[in-house]
Amino acid sequence: MEKKQQPVGFRGFRGGHPGMGGGSTEKAKHFKRTLIQMFGYLRPYWGHLVFVALCAIVSTIFAIASPKILGKMTDEIIKGTIGGGGINFSTITTIGLWLIGLYVISAVFGYIQSWVMTTISQRITYAFRRDISEKIARLPLHYFDRHENGDIVSRVTNDVETISQNLNQGMTQIVTSMIMIVGILVMMITISWPMTLIAMLVLPSSIMLISLIVRRSQRYYGRQQAALGEIDGHIDEMFSNHAVVRAFNGESRSIKKFSIINEKLYQSGWKSQFLSGLMMPVMQFISNIGYVAVAVVGGWLAVNGRISIGDIQAFIQYMNQFTQPISQTANIANVLQATAAAAERIFEFLSEEKEEPETDSVASPAIVKGEVIFSDVSFGYNPGQSIIKHFTTHIKSKQSVAIVGPTGAGKTTIVNLLMRFYDIDRGSISIDGIDIDKMKRHDVRRLFGMVLQDTWLFQGSIAENIAYGKPNASHDEIVAAAAAAHVDHFINTLPDGYDTIISETADSISAGEKQLLTIARAILADAPMLILDEATSSVDTRTEALIQSAMDKLSHGRTSFVIAHRLSTIRNADVILVMRDGNIVEQGKHAELLLQKGYYADLYDSQFSQI
Amino acid sequence: MEHLAKYFKPYWLALGGLIILVWGQAYVNLTLPDYTARIVNQGIVAKDIAAVWSNGLQMLLLALFGGVCTIVIGFVASKIATGYVRRLREAIFIKVEQFSLSEFNTFSSSSLVTRATNDMQQIQNVLSMVLRMAFLAPFMGIGSIIKAHQLAPTMSWIVLAAIGVLVSLIILLFVVAIPKFTLIQKLVDKLSLQAREMLTGVRVIRAYNNDDRQQDKFDRTNLESTRLNIFVNRVMALMQPVMTLVMGLASVAVVWVGSYVVSAGNLEVGNLLALMQYVSQTIMAFLMISIIFIMVPRAAVSGRRVNEVLAIEPMISDPVLPTHLPKALRGVVEFHDVDFGYEGSEQPVLSKVSFTAEPGQTTAIIGGTGSGKSTLLSLIPRLYDVSSGSVTVDGVDIRQLSQEELRSHIGYVPQKASLFSGTVRSNIAYGKPHASEAELDQAADTAQAREFITGLPKGLNNPIAQAGNNVSGGQKQRLSIARALAKKPKIYLFDDSFSALDYKTDAALRRALKTETSTATFIVVAQRISTIMQAEKIIVLDQGRIIGMGTHHELLLSSVVYREIAESQMSASELAREQ
Repeated sequence: MEKKQQPVGFRGFRGGHPGMGGGSTEKAKHFKRTLIQMFGYLRPYWGHLVFVALCAIVSTIFAIASPKILGKMTDEIIKGTIGGGGINFSTITTIGLWLIGLYVISAVFGYIQSWVMTTISQRITYAFRRDISEKIARLPLHYFDRHENGDIVSRVTNDVETISQNLNQGMTQIVTSMIMIVGILVMMITISWPMTLIAMLVLPSSIMLISLIVRRSQRYYGRQQAALGEIDGHIDEMFSNHAVVRAFNGESRSIKKFSIINEKLYQSGWKSQFLSGLMMPVMQFISNIGYVAVAVVGGWLAVNGRISIGDIQAFIQYMNQFTQPISQTANIANVLQATAAAAERIFEFLSEEKEEPETDSVASPAIVKGEVIFSDVSFGYNPGQSIIKHFTTHIKSKQSVAIVGPTGAGKTTIVNLLMRFYDIDRGSISIDGIDIDKMKRHDVRRLFGMVLQDTWLFQGSIAENIAYGKPNASHDEIVAAAAAAHVDHFINTLPDGYDTIISETADSISAGEKQLLTIARAILADAPMLILDEATSSVDTRTEALIQSAMDKLSHGRTSFVIAHRLSTIRNADVILVMRDGNIVEQGKHAELLLQKGYYADLYDSQFSQI
Repeated sequence: MEHLAKYFKPYWLALGGLIILVWGQAYVNLTLPDYTARIVNQGIVAKDIAAVWSNGLQMLLLALFGGVCTIVIGFVASKIATGYVRRLREAIFIKVEQFSLSEFNTFSSSSLVTRATNDMQQIQNVLSMVLRMAFLAPFMGIGSIIKAHQLAPTMSWIVLAAIGVLVSLIILLFVVAIPKFTLIQKLVDKLSLQAREMLTGVRVIRAYNNDDRQQDKFDRTNLESTRLNIFVNRVMALMQPVMTLVMGLASVAVVWVGSYVVSAGNLEVGNLLALMQYVSQTIMAFLMISIIFIMVPRAAVSGRRVNEVLAIEPMISDPVLPTHLPKALRGVVEFHDVDFGYEGSEQPVLSKVSFTAEPGQTTAIIGGTGSGKSTLLSLIPRLYDVSSGSVTVDGVDIRQLSQEELRSHIGYVPQKASLFSGTVRSNIAYGKPHASEAELDQAADTAQAREFITGLPKGLNNPIAQAGNNVSGGQKQRLSIARALAKKPKIYLFDDSFSALDYKTDAALRRALKTETSTATFIVVAQRISTIMQAEKIIVLDQGRIIGMGTHHELLLSSVVYREIAESQMSASELAREQ
């Protein structure tokens, strides 16, 4: 008789919780719809899946058959010893060879099944990730403005990972567990129906007891997770504000709060752990009761010659194998829920509305003069809430436009509209007489070079980053652009020069130097028009001067839109657009606007008011 | 690891008890197969139902005893594991709360958070598993082999062979797969990095029409990760079928070989069943041991990371006999020849800094990035300690004061406004928990926060989300200023706290501050010339040295760097207008 312990999975060593199926607290809202969508991803693999199911069936059936045959072997021995006449070793050898064959075949099919399933689930994982990344490229910008990046990243990683793991194990488990339950039941009945009846009396009670424990333990598990979230939040908050906590003598209060949560975590933690650990001993004890019960009944039947000892032995093996598929089946609901919840989050993302399709497009003007006309433009980020209303202006070729206003006034809105990151609600914006709505987005964007304050650089070499707008640029071109942006010298001081890899934590490159790199990038792209965002962030004076000179060089002879902070830029601008609360409230030249004594004059004066 | 052991002290006795219980559990598990054998031999084979009953009953009692042992073990193990980690978590938290910024920055905030959260969970999970298995597995493994040997000495090789096959399989799998696991982890990080890159750079990517390239890059990583995962999973998939196979073959071997032993009269039939149980128990024990061998190193990594934190003695501590500041504190802050450098870095951040900040006056500090402005400011509340020289308040060296007393006189507004989750009220009152309504109102007023607070649905009681994510940057900054004001300290430190405000609010705020707190000492770090132009004393800092000190007008004439900064922000005519 073999004692089946709880199976110890080798994949999920994350110290999880039995019976939780990977976060069953989260439930899919549209379970059915999600499953149907999920089948869409499985469709290309129908053939494979059928094959996997067949392998699982073969493997399981052979595994189920073996105890009974092993019982025959025992019977042979008993027949030989008790019945007298010696053991028939040739029969034993035949049975032994058969058994080895069965076990080997079962193992081989089991492995083939895992092999194929693992391939399928990884391919589906790949497809999910690919689709998500494609979706990212197709989503309108407002989606990103309204959603946390972390949330989207977690769909690409965690949710996809959950699906992959559950597919890999869950799918075959469904098949094997069902066959196991039915198969074992059939085998038990063929051996002896009265014994099956007794076994069936023991099993439900064990299932009930277990589900009782699981339910209680899940309650504490939930509490533990909540306390864990609370304590992580508190630690995160206190550590990220460490200087303030210390400067305001907040340590003792912080520690007191910590201790309260920590105690809560301890109380729920040990209970949850203890209860989930109860399962194994309880199951074992019940299986021992079952064993004795079967031995008694079996013994009585054997005494009457209605059953052989080998059969009893087989029966006991079956009984021990029975609990595993049952607890697996009980867990399948959890696994399905977790998978569906993860899949739903992915499908939700994949079904977000895409950017409006391009209209049949007019080619962009070959030589761009850079004349931009806003006529009666209205726009709002939320439908029904126009923040720019009936805005009209005419920007001539090579003029410079300064966009000014306090923080949060919506200065980037103009950028968003020019680049067609957002489409306007009414009116039109045209470049050299062509409505940008009628142009391809790519063609509109090709017209602009852009230097934003948020100096986005990707992980790659400095040369690659500079050549981002012109991937086939020669090394000389890259160096020339860097030199024009006054960053060539700095790059040469780095150990790997232009091949230095910029990583997420590139502390060797300061904010100002990053800014210069983005300017070099714009210089190399050499677009006919420009969008610039002047730095307000902490850049030291010398770098600031370099940036300024590079920006001036860049905007020379091009139509430029500058989100301006420097007074010299503002004063020298051909057109100033004054923004307040998202709307353009005034426009004109510096001197004109001052004379108007409006908001601009106010803004300008406030700089020089007395303390 | 000595610090980790220290916190385990209260649990040694419980651990001893646990080991005794485990011994009991192992004893039961090793004895139960005997009853199995007896039930078959004396009962079923001998056709004696009474023997089945009596042996069965004894077996049940023994199993019950074993079950109780296991349950108590579970109880003790979970209490020890969670209790120990509770102590450890508390210790690390208290330790970090005492860190000065020097120690704090050697780790980085996110790393400290991980150590206090994830690493703790890791330790707890592994500890509780180890407590349940680490003692049981050797008892069971060795015990089963001995018992099997006693039953049938000629058959114990079956047990050893099964273990041999399994152990070599496990070793093989992990030699092949474990290096790949780290690779997979790297690829997962790369995938999420690239996904994040696509999101944070969405504007630039689209501006340069580079969606396709970005996607190709992601696709390559995705493909690489898929291939590697397929490989590793195929290798790991061997585990389950091979384990079942070994178990199955071992039972066949027991019966098959057993038939010869039984035939020779050296073994009773029932003992075959017992033998099969011993085989499977040994295999289970070895599985447990191999799991422990995999898990423990992971927890050890966490343990080392936690130990690192616990091993640090905070550099800044209170003096044994602290001096006290005079009751009628004036708030004169003086720097005497202050040097400061981070540990391990050659370049000092500040050198030979001396100045006096007088009450009723504003002392402004200006300079480029990396000039040491913020560091200078954080020396005053002793967030760092000077390397040499001294900082005094009303002539008392701040190192002779208790940190609490010193800080109770300081209102500090950091560069990055940081709020706590709670309410507007709890945030403003953070430095003075029992502040009256009037005091809070006044602080909000002066900080120019009154208007927007009244505009909030619940006013002062409006909730503030973690990190203040539900208010704007400017509003956060104003609340952070109000928090400093509510304390009514004698010394105010503003670390570039006005740059998130627009010019108008900035000006209004400065005006209000001046009238409200006319006798306090103001020390202000700023980027904008307009913010500090009116200060009584402006200190120009460059690479940690004071290169100019005086009023705006004096500095325009005397300091080249100051002039450069001023000119980059205003035109000559504006500067002239000022003069």
